[in-house]
Parts: sequence; C-alpha cells; structure tokens
Amino acid sequence: MTDAARLLDGPRGPKPTRRLSRRNIILYGTLSVMALYYALPLYVMVVTSLKGMPEIRMGNIFAPPVEITFEPWVKAWSEACTGINCDGLSRGFWNSVQILVPSVILSIAVASVNGYALSKWRFPGSEVFFTILMIGVFIPYQVMIYPIVILLRELGLYGSLWGLVLVHTIFGMPLLTLLFRNYFTSVPDELFKAARVDGAGFWGIYFRIMLPMALPILVVAMILQVTGIWNDFLFGVIYTKPEIYPMTVQLNNIVNSVQGVKEYNVNMAATLLTGLVPLTIYFISGKLFVRGIAAGAVKG
Amino acid sequence: MRTTDTPPALREDSSRPPNPLFRNLTAKLASLPMVLTALVVFVGCTGWTIVHSFTGSKLLPKLKWVGFDQYEKLWNTRRWLVSIENLALYGIFSLCFTLVIGFTLAALLDRKIRFEAAFRTIFLYPFALSFIVTGLVWQWILNPDLGIQSVVRSMGFTSFEFDPLYNASIVIYGLLIAGLWQGTGFVMVIMLAGLRGIDEDVWKAARVDGIPVWKTYVRVIIPMMRPVFITALVVITSGIIKVYDLVVAMTAGGPGIASEVPAKYVYDRMFSSQNLGQGFAASTMMLLAVVVVLIPWAYLEFGGKKHD
Amino acid sequence: MHSVSIRSLDLHFGAVKVLQNLDLDIHDGEFLVLLGSSGCGKSTLLNCIAGLLDVTDGQIFIKDRNVTWMEPSERGIGMVFQSYALYPQMTVEGNLSFGLKNARMPRAEIDERVARAARILQIEPLLKRKPGALSGGQRQRVAIGRALVRDVDVFLFDEPLSNLDAKLRADLRVEIKRLHQKLSNTMIYVTHDQVEAMTLADRIAIMKGGQIMQLATPAEIYNRPGNKYVADFIGSPSMNFLEGDLSDGHFTTGGENLDITGYPFEGPATGAATLGVRPEHVATGHDLQGLPIQAEVAVELVEPMGSDTLVWTTFAGQSFRFRMDGQAEVRERDTIRIGIDPAKASFFDKASELRL
Ligand SMILES: Nc1ncnc2c1ncn2[C@@H]1O[C@H](COP(=O)(O)OP(=O)(O)O)[C@@H](O)[C@H]1O
Ligand SMILES: [Mg+2]
Repeated sequence: MTDAARLLDGPRGPKPTRRLSRRNIILYGTLSVMALYYALPLYVMVVTSLKGMPEIRMGNIFAPPVEITFEPWVKAWSEACTGINCDGLSRGFWNSVQILVPSVILSIAVASVNGYALSKWRFPGSEVFFTILMIGVFIPYQVMIYPIVILLRELGLYGSLWGLVLVHTIFGMPLLTLLFRNYFTSVPDELFKAARVDGAGFWGIYFRIMLPMALPILVVAMILQVTGIWNDFLFGVIYTKPEIYPMTVQLNNIVNSVQGVKEYNVNMAATLLTGLVPLTIYFISGKLFVRGIAAGAVKG
Repeated sequence: MRTTDTPPALREDSSRPPNPLFRNLTAKLASLPMVLTALVVFVGCTGWTIVHSFTGSKLLPKLKWVGFDQYEKLWNTRRWLVSIENLALYGIFSLCFTLVIGFTLAALLDRKIRFEAAFRTIFLYPFALSFIVTGLVWQWILNPDLGIQSVVRSMGFTSFEFDPLYNASIVIYGLLIAGLWQGTGFVMVIMLAGLRGIDEDVWKAARVDGIPVWKTYVRVIIPMMRPVFITALVVITSGIIKVYDLVVAMTAGGPGIASEVPAKYVYDRMFSSQNLGQGFAASTMMLLAVVVVLIPWAYLEFGGKKHD
Repeated sequence: MHSVSIRSLDLHFGAVKVLQNLDLDIHDGEFLVLLGSSGCGKSTLLNCIAGLLDVTDGQIFIKDRNVTWMEPSERGIGMVFQSYALYPQMTVEGNLSFGLKNARMPRAEIDERVARAARILQIEPLLKRKPGALSGGQRQRVAIGRALVRDVDVFLFDEPLSNLDAKLRADLRVEIKRLHQKLSNTMIYVTHDQVEAMTLADRIAIMKGGQIMQLATPAEIYNRPGNKYVADFIGSPSMNFLEGDLSDGHFTTGGENLDITGYPFEGPATGAATLGVRPEHVATGHDLQGLPIQAEVAVELVEPMGSDTLVWTTFAGQSFRFRMDGQAEVRERDTIRIGIDPAKASFFDKASELRL
C-alpha cells in the first residue's frame, strides 16, 4: 500500500465504503467470537433455568428449552434448601437489601467527606493517612479479618448487620476516598476560595458547593458500592450469622450443598436471581459507569 | 524602597497565631473516621496479625511465643505449597491474558466500529456479577456430563476431553477461564478510556509520517498509556490476591486439594480448623508476597519521580 | 487611616519562601495594583490578605483591625478570581446571595442588595440563569457582583480579566475603573499586564521574587523607575540600556562620551552605571533642537506598527531601538540623526541596579 492510499482509508478516517474489506472481516470476526465467549454463560443460565430436569439430563446445555417452565424460579426463590433451612433465596435477598442500603449510604458519606477534606482542607499529616489508606488497598483482607472479629466483638457488633455495615464502610474507604479525592481535586481551588470568602465553612462548602457538583461521581460510587457489596461473599460469611447471611452466601450454600439430587435448573435460576440486582444496575447505567471509570480510575 | 507610611514595626500584637492543633478543627474531626481506619484497621490489625503469627494460638489468640514455628509448619504443609503454586500460576496467566485481551478489545472497539455500545455492554456485564455467580455458572458449563464436553462429544468428537473441574492437572485453567470472563471487561473499559484520552493529533501525525497502525500502537500509543496500564495492573493484582470466592463456588478447592489458594487456606485455618496461629502465619506470608511484588513497583513509580 | 497594612509578612510553602519580610500600606479608597511576572508571589500575597493562606509570620491589618488569623469572611473583603469561580449549580441570583445567606441576613435585605448590585453591573436580565449559560464577560461581572453585594471595605482582584479576549478586556477594564470611581472603596488588583496596571492604578506595586521592587504612581514608575528591573519591566517596547561609566557630568559608553547635563541625580554621579532610555524618548527631526546627546545611526530594521514605527539600530556599539511617527518614511540602511534628553533618561548603579 502506498502512503497516499493508507492515508485515504486510514483507520481513523471515515468509514470505508467497502463493507467486506479484509480489515472489517478480521475486526468484526474477532469481536463477534469474543462476544460469544462473554454472552454464552448468561444465555446458558437463562436457558437452563427455564428447562425441566429431564430435558436437562437428556439434552444439550446450549439448546433452547423445548418446554418452558418457571418452576425452577419459584423453587429457587422460596423453597430451595441451604442445609439449614428450606425457604429459598428470598431470605438472603432481603438480608442483602438490609445490608446494602446502610452500607452504601455510610461508605459513600464517609468517603466523600474524606475526599473533600483531603483535596481542599489538607492539614499536617492528612497525606500520611491517605497514603496509609492507599497502601491498605494492597493489604490482603486475610491479614485483617481476625482482629476485626475481635474489634467487632468488643463493640458488640459481631454477627450483627451493623458490624457488616461497618466492615463494608472500612474496606470501601480507600477506593472511594481516592475517587472522591481525585474528583474534588479537579474542582478549581478558586471556587473553594470564593466560597470561603463568602463565609461558608467546612460543612457549608461540602453540602452547598461540593456535593451538588459531585453528582456524576456519586452515581459512579453508588454503582461500584451496590455491586461490590451485593456481590460480597467473604465478609458476609465471616461477620454475619446464618439468619442474616447475604444472598451470595445463601446461593453458594444452596448450589453447593451436598445433600440431595442436583437440580441444575433450580441452581441456575438461583444464580440468575442473585446476579439480577447488579445486572439490572449495569444495564441501566452502563454508559455512566464507563464514564465514571474514565474520570476516576484513569486519572489517579 | 519604602512601602509603608509609618516605620514597618509591628503596631499591635493582639492576635497571636492560634494553636495549630485547633486550626480548621472541623476538617480534622470530619477526617476522624479515615484516621481511625488508617491507624486502627490498616496499621493496627495488620500489626496485630503479624505479631500473633509468632504465637501458638489455637482456638483463641494467645501471646505464647513460638518463634518461627508456625512458618516452619506452614512451609511443610503440602496444601499450602499447592496453594502458593496455584496462586502463582493463576496470577501470571491472569495478568498476561487480562492485559492482552483487555487492550486488544479496547483497541478493536476504538477503531470507529458499528455497534460499539452493544459490544461494550456484552464485554462488561460479567464484571457486574459476583465471583460466586461466576463460579457457579462456569461450574455448570464445564460440567463433564452435561456441559461443553458432552456437547462436543455429541457432535461426533467422541474422544474430546475437557473436564478441568474434575482433572487436578488442569483445574487451574478452569478457574482462569471463569476469572478472565468476569474481569477482562473492566480492564477493557479502563484501556478504552485511556485510548480515548489520547489526542487525535497523535494519530494524524502517525498517519502523516506513514507509520502502520500496529506500529503506532506499539511504539506510540502503549508508551503513552503507561499510567493506564499501571492502573490496570494495580486493579488486576489486587483482584488476584483476593481470589477466594471463585474457588469456593467453583471447586471448593478440589478435586482433592488441587485448586486450593492461600486465601482459602487462611480462612479454613482461622474459622474451621481452629488453628489461628497457622492462619496468621499464612496471611502474613500473603502480605509478604504483596510487599515483595509492590516494593520494586513503588520504587520505580515513586522513587524515579524525584529525578524528573 | 490605612485600609490595609501589612507588616513583615513571611509566607513559606515548606522550604520555598514565597514572600519574605514584606511591608505594605494601602490607603483608604486607593486602587492599588500588584504587578509582576508570573510566579512572583502576587496571588500569594492577595490570598494572605484574604485569609485564604495561613501566613508563616507577620501581621495583616484591615481598617486598623489585626485580621492575621481571622476567617476570610470576617475580614471585610470581597474577592474576584481569574477563573470567575462562580458556583456552577446556582443561578446568578444564588451566586450573588450565597455570601449574604451565610451571614444570615434577612431575606428582604438580601433581595435589595442583589437587585442593587445587578443594577450597577447591568446583569439584571441574567439573574435567573446558571453560570454555564453566560459569556465570559457576563460571568466576570457576576463575580464582581458577588463581592459588591457584601458591601466590603476592600475588593481583591486576582487577574480578573486574563481569561477574556482583548476587546472584552478593554471594556471591562473601563468598567472596573468606573466602579471604583463610583464606590470608592479600596481595591487591590493583581495583574501581569502592565497596560491594565498603568490605566487602573492609583499606585502600582511592582513585585519580583516575593518582594516589592517599587511602590509608586504609574507616572512615577514610568518616568522615574526605582531600579533597573522596574525600568525594564515597564514600557513596551522596553527600555534601551547602555553600559558605561559616569564621571563629572559625562557618561562614557562604547567609545562615545555623552554630555548628560540636566539629569537630576539622586545618587552618586560617578562609577560604573547603566543608562536607560525609553524608545519613545529618543528624538528625531525637529525635536533634536538643543539636545546635548546627538548621533548619526544606521537603520537596521524597521517595524511599522501603524500609529508609530519602531526602528532598530546600533548606538555606541550596543543594540538600540527608538520609536518614530507612524507616517515617517524610513528604510533599512538609511542613516538617521537621533537625540536623547538626559532629563528623560534614567541612570542605574551597575552593581546595585538602583536609580542614581
Ligand atoms: N500551594 C503551593 N505550594 C508550593 N508552592 C506554591 C504554592 N502556591 C504557589 N506556589 C509557588 O509560589 C510562587 C508564587 O506563586 P503565585 O503567588 O501564585 O504567583 P503569581 O505572582 O503568578 O500569582 C510560585 O513560584 C509558585 O510556584
Ligand atoms: Mg497568580
């Protein structure tokens, strides 16, 4: 290819008119194969959850259901056994909701204040604490989980919902603080100074100026936290009692319980049910999430 | 040069500087949760575990010193050695594949293609799902009797064999397939954002200079995206170390102990087999591994900056 | 009474000493411009006065109150920033009233003050808009209004016009001057643009490296710069400098012996010195009459600028520029006769660079 020709149908130029150029076949071919890999499990989950057990035993996991049944969904929601009780995933779902709401609110509230203080009200030592927090991201949870059990027990929160809320707030803090710190650092200092001249104090500036400006990053933080906390397994297992186990823990107990015949359709229905909350959030806010990563993660 | 009308002496000294401790007190009080988390949890709890890894704690933590006994025992435990080997293998593969796949997908999506949003949504959705869900789905797909293996066999390839979950020598690749499925989309998005942040003029300049596209990526774009790669690297590594849920859901460490990982070893020792000392020692080793990996990186990243 | 007094002010950022032992008195109702190149500490000084930076040492008085450790809002100052710094999510009205609400002022009075400021700045039609929907000039007016409503003793401006294009800048400059005439409160105005400084200021403080090099009226600074830095900084194109030696009424430079009778020496009239001559103070044609310093020079380069023409040449072996009428017909390689009036020139000591 001559340089001039390359310039004409260069990659960043207008779309080539020849639809089936070699470039396009390779490009879309690769993307489609990859898309298949990513999409297949969701498809399999849906298809399996709508089949009856005989059909599953006979056939192909990729085949669409011959006879659609919602039985597995009902069973997964209200009857499946975890080894301790047999009231399905519904209990775990409500537990997760009860854990989720206060955890998301508290963790975002604390982290946004941290980020704000770190970007606009630096005091001697504030950077030290921030550095510790950032190093904390790299400390494996396993190193801290046991002493936290002791701390929670001392506080009388071990095994309770609020204990888990506290743990989520603590471990969500580094990333969220970084997110908010970067965001608030990009808010011009002059705006902050203007507000101080106008007589606003720490909280006044936070609530009247900073928070209203932080709406996009708040949404991003919320998406991250909702999915992160909903999907948590380790903390749920360690810091709660069976009655208030979150949905992920219950799901694992249902699917991997050794007793009884494996009901793959019920298992997949249960798995889908557990994934439904974060999936819904992503499909609704997909673009915002992508924008959020661009703003937060890459800049830092 | 005179810039004052009266001699420049201090006229009155009524307002002394306030105690610096109380300056901007609200900001300091508001930062208290952060300070406590940093000091009590990240420093305090970590130190506590390290200290207790030198004790013979069993059911309850006790300060009964045993020196390096726990570590000696740890490194003589086969299950721990298998865990370490698995983590190393999983880590290296996961790191390489995630970076390569993530970047390739991002680069492909950045070629001004149709249906970009659709592709992006498909690549990213697994990231919304938990490792438990991920593990359970792939456990089902990789089921040797009813999953992929049986489907391929029923197509005529009767000798086809792919049962990672029941084959100790390849179980780690089963985990890898699931792990990559869950996490690469996120890295792709980070990379895509990085690519979008590159000035269009760079591409124009490369095109004017007649540099082929692939060469532009290798020689110009990737070096420019260094910070993005570092972000991705940090995201991936911290994910690898935490790998626990996926194993619990997908293989429960099996077959046998073939897919055990350090995080699971720690959990089991602390909460199931009432051998706290072993748990503390194992978790301290995990921390040490992180330190060994991170210190050279931190040195390159922050030590080098002083010279600029 | 002094509006603002600064006594031996120090400000350090860690090891970097940005302001050192700075003293300054600003009169009541004065328009003081802090002028200097970028990074010399102008904004830092302004932020100290505003209370946005904690001083390392020294005292600041506003209206004879020691405000060194007071909150910005308690100091009776209003501030206008280069980037306007309007609160993006509030309307113009919200922006103007934010400070008053923080001061817990009654609603009726807030409305009255906002209305008055809007009238003065002619932004009444904009009150319900968000800053995003305003042009640069309108935004800066709102920013000024935010200081105006608070009825402050001292206005602080930090390069308020730098983000505007040339024409708007000139317009708004005049408006700020009018505003000062109308309100007659003290204004401290930071800029790196000498035209702004010369046109607006009652007095200019020229800063360099965290210190005030000269504090004087614009005319004084232009005609009798206190040192070589100020002489070089002020005026465009900048002053010609000729190195040489002073002795009994003569200045020897590059082999020429110049008669400098008529120069009002303040310092010793001997020793190594620098002669400074502004390009516009070099005479040609009829104006040569009676000037003690005259010479024939060869034109090397001509820069016509419409209203006048800048001619580059060599005088006494050193590069030398002068300004002629825009209609003057000069060409490269012409020879031209120039003259210098010692009374309009400046001498600086070679070592200390102070005015002689
Ligand atoms: N927060 C800060 N930390 C360290 N150095 C600073 C800080 N702010 C300003 N400086 C330094 O102080 C000097 C003066 O800055 P400034 O007052 O903003 O200059 P200007 O005259 O351009 O307004 C500059 O050299 C700048 O680099
Ligand atoms: Mg400045």
